[in-house]
Amino acid sequence: MSVDLVNIVYLIAASLFVLGLKGLSHPRTAVRGNMLGALGMFIAVVVTLINQQIIGFEAIVGGLILGGVIGGIWAVKVPMTGMPQFVGLCNGFGGGASVLVAGAAFVEASLQAGTNAVPVQFSIATVASGMIGSVTFWGSLIAFGKLQGLVSEKAVRFPADHFLKALMLLAGLVVGVMIVMNPGVTEYYWIMIAIASMLGILLVVPVGGADMPVVVALLNSYSGTAAAATGFVLSNNVLIIAGSLVGASGFILTQIMCNAMNRSLANVMFAGVGGDTGGGEAMAGDEIYDGKVKSTTPEEVAMLLDSVRSVVFVPGYGLAVAQAQHAVRDLSNLLESKGLKVTFAIHPVAGRMPGHMNVLLAEADISYDKLKDMDEANTGFEQTDITLVIGANDVINPLARDSADTPLTGMPILDVDKSKTVVVIKRSLSPGFAGIANPLFAADNCLMLFADGKQAIQDLTAAVKDA
Amino acid sequence: MSEFVLVLTIFVLAIFVGFEVITKVPPILHTPLMSGSNAISGITIIGAILSAGVQYTALTTVLGFTAMVFATINVVGGFLVTHRMLDMFKRKG
Repeated sequence: MSVDLVNIVYLIAASLFVLGLKGLSHPRTAVRGNMLGALGMFIAVVVTLINQQIIGFEAIVGGLILGGVIGGIWAVKVPMTGMPQFVGLCNGFGGGASVLVAGAAFVEASLQAGTNAVPVQFSIATVASGMIGSVTFWGSLIAFGKLQGLVSEKAVRFPADHFLKALMLLAGLVVGVMIVMNPGVTEYYWIMIAIASMLGILLVVPVGGADMPVVVALLNSYSGTAAAATGFVLSNNVLIIAGSLVGASGFILTQIMCNAMNRSLANVMFAGVGGDTGGGEAMAGDEIYDGKVKSTTPEEVAMLLDSVRSVVFVPGYGLAVAQAQHAVRDLSNLLESKGLKVTFAIHPVAGRMPGHMNVLLAEADISYDKLKDMDEANTGFEQTDITLVIGANDVINPLARDSADTPLTGMPILDVDKSKTVVVIKRSLSPGFAGIANPLFAADNCLMLFADGKQAIQDLTAAVKDA
Repeated sequence: MSEFVLVLTIFVLAIFVGFEVITKVPPILHTPLMSGSNAISGITIIGAILSAGVQYTALTTVLGFTAMVFATINVVGGFLVTHRMLDMFKRKG
């Protein structure tokens, strides 16, 4: 097969990737879009396999079978609540593959260096692929560990950690320059990989659990960038195109997540928000809440629900933790059967990854046209009779909107306090990730239903049935 | 035009295409977007096939094989899980 023909097939594959991502612009076309992407990948793999350079298929077939079985079983078994971990770890595998491919290509080029000089752009691309790929791989492992509960979810800081990271970055770059200067010494590549791996670990360890959506999106972007860099190493267009598409995608998501928290990427990555919070803020909380918090019961809420027309559910990470999505679906269906208008208001950073809540609610068979994003939801709260908040806190804290100097100030929130009545289902008055009290809980139109999210929804459903 | 400038051109243009396409994805589909684009970044599998198949040295073959496993998990797992998720997004009534 001629080189031109192979490249034309790669071009078709790249076009299918673009069309596939375009399909994701609407739930109706998304399934087909994903299949187009998979088709693109399939034909790219097939045309590569019939490449005449290949002399042995043992390692290829072995890798395909082993990876296919692991990936296939894992993808079918993983529960929807485990999706952030899954995506986190998958990013890492992509980055790891880039490191190894660039490494193999570099070893090959170095051995030939006696006869052909290694071009500078080749060495630079190898360095980029190795650095970014290693950071992605190890950063993703740590992110996976945090999401899975294997590594502390807290923002772990230690003295001089920023200095250590800067030192690692500098050391990695120095070794990178040495690689470009002496492309015959392959040991340098592995030294750089070791340094970049430590950098990847150090970068993610100080990020708190609720900031994981940003980290997962950023690592997504890195895995694409690493693939694109590997494309430069191999002078392969489809790698470059696919890698840049993914790099751009992850970058956009990272920005959306940061904007939704009104924090810079640097603040998320380096400030260590979500570490151990002192007692000062808890005191302030007591002052705000003192005597003003009204506790309610499922029966009371059921009575309220009996006389209203519209309900908005606001899910937060607590819904995922309590696995309450199916219970919420049952309550939602019951309320609809009684003639109420039910919608769901979803904050961009609710949960542990972009779009986390939407996936959980879709899993529970909730129609996607009921899921409203923040801007759309905020136009409707004033006309809403009852807002039911399940396991969300910071994203509904009015201090973010009304106060000038809190950690949340400026973060766009869901204006649930504007609805006629707010019912917050929560175990206690404990502060959210930002560590500050929520004056909403003491507001006149707010009722607290202290319970486990799933249990409370089930009790509420039973009470509505009896009413 | 040297080959490097050519691939650089492709790289820059692809980034612009990426931005245009991705900004149109609604928040409701952000998780499938991540897992689906993640599967696409498994395109490194092509490089892995070459490293594993050319058998230049034992080391490059081992590297290629390991890369093959990683990239295949990425590709197969990514597309499958995205399909599973997207299949759940239904409109009722």
